[in-house]
Amino acid sequence: MYSNKVIDHYNNPRNVGTLDKNDPNVGTGMVGAPECGDVMKLQVKVNPETGVIEDAKFKTFGCGSAIASSSLATEWLRGKTVEEALAIKNTDIVNELSLPPVKIHCSVLAEDAIKAAIENYKSKSRPRVPEQAHV
Amino acid sequence: MKLPIYMDNHATTPVDPRVFKAMTPYLTNVFGNAASRNHSFGWEAEEAVDRARKQVADLIGATPKEIVFTSGATESDNLALKGVAQMYAEKGNHIITAATEHKAILDTCKRLEKEGYRVTYLPVQQNGLVDVDQLKAAITDKTILISVMHANNEIGVLQPVREIGRIAHENGVLFHSDGTQAVGKVPVNVLADNIDLLSISAHKMYGPKGVGALYVRRRNPRVQLTAQMDGGGHERGMRSGTLNVPGIVGLGEACGIAQTEMAEEAKRLSYLRDKLKDRLLASLDEVYINGTMEHRLPNNLNISFAYVEGESLLMGINDVAVSSGSACTSATLEPSYVLKALGAGDDLAHSSIRFGLGRFNTEEEVDYVAEKVIDVVKKLRELSPLYEMFKEGVDLTKVQWTAH
Repeated sequence: MYSNKVIDHYNNPRNVGTLDKNDPNVGTGMVGAPECGDVMKLQVKVNPETGVIEDAKFKTFGCGSAIASSSLATEWLRGKTVEEALAIKNTDIVNELSLPPVKIHCSVLAEDAIKAAIENYKSKSRPRVPEQAHV
Repeated sequence: MKLPIYMDNHATTPVDPRVFKAMTPYLTNVFGNAASRNHSFGWEAEEAVDRARKQVADLIGATPKEIVFTSGATESDNLALKGVAQMYAEKGNHIITAATEHKAILDTCKRLEKEGYRVTYLPVQQNGLVDVDQLKAAITDKTILISVMHANNEIGVLQPVREIGRIAHENGVLFHSDGTQAVGKVPVNVLADNIDLLSISAHKMYGPKGVGALYVRRRNPRVQLTAQMDGGGHERGMRSGTLNVPGIVGLGEACGIAQTEMAEEAKRLSYLRDKLKDRLLASLDEVYINGTMEHRLPNNLNISFAYVEGESLLMGINDVAVSSGSACTSATLEPSYVLKALGAGDDLAHSSIRFGLGRFNTEEEVDYVAEKVIDVVKKLRELSPLYEMFKEGVDLTKVQWTAH
């Protein structure tokens, strides 16, 4: 039922943990819902000078394929630029982990988590116009 | 101790070696058709069937003539519900059942609804039990049948069948109970429990697959059924088809063993079950038992490990065979409707594990399973964003989730 790669990520999940979500260089994405049976939290720490993702962490509530998809995502994110990271597609994850059709939603969720984390990072580094007006 | 460990005895049970031994001659030398009246091959087969019929009847306090052999409990449920609905159609068209019944009941009821019958699906209380006052209130002058299971296949709770049967009889309504999980595990007596029709399965009680029975009451009241299978008129016309003699012998033997060993076995299994439960509760926080412990099969434990998804837990304990109410383990991608009916919330349904202990589980196995589950739950909680939020004091019900 599970590919060896899924089992490996499940047994040895990479980059489990939490980054400081208040750090301006950290972007946090949380997608899914407990009542749907999966929630992924994915965080990236970006070097603001180079735009390169220096660290990525995840925590996932979900089936083995969901855990593997997010674990793999953090591996892929490290060392990529923000723009490169946005190019990761769920189908890349499906192929790498040999996910069966019923588990494709796990890869979709991982792609959504990457996009949400980067969007969160970008929203932090974007100058906040109304606040500046007050200064 | 041998791995993997089988602890899913609500799904099916292994055939007891004594049952297998009793069946063997009927799979080989004694092969006659029980309906062959004019030679010894037939007589021997018929004798074996008669003996089994008495063993089944004795276990549930019935008479042999009230036992109809079928292919299993699904067929028994279908025969009971459709057979009564069609036979008593002139009297009324209303059936009452419960939301937590097995699909063999619920889908049969849905079929009957399509044919114009009306069905009331009673909700259950948080403890998993039907509220008898609600049941009373649901009865109308069109009600012909109440069908409520004896023991639930997921959470093991024992419905108040005796009380339900009494209410049914006071109102002139027939009472069917799906006894698949209960018969052979806890005392079931069709007279004391006021049951008019009772579904029985062999493979849930250490008998073979593909055989079961339906008890059909013959006196006070005499229940009549419209046959669902046309043919040679076997089983007093209620179920045509050549009798599955080896299977029936196996069912009979399984009932005979249960008759003598049930009390001892229940004591042993409830000790093991409670040990498992106590170990899990002592070592883990945020663990919830689904359904009442007070009225429950001795071998069942259904438990939710909050913030851990069921399938990922099963993956971690892959040398232990149990089942989960998680959507990811089911074909429908819907979490257990039984747990949802308890009002537990979908998140706890996704986090549930059903342990079904059985005759061949040992204390050593229970200790191993408890330790393994504790380890894996702890590991998965370190991975769980929900557990982290819970520990930070976040109210998860107030979080805006991005449902997908």
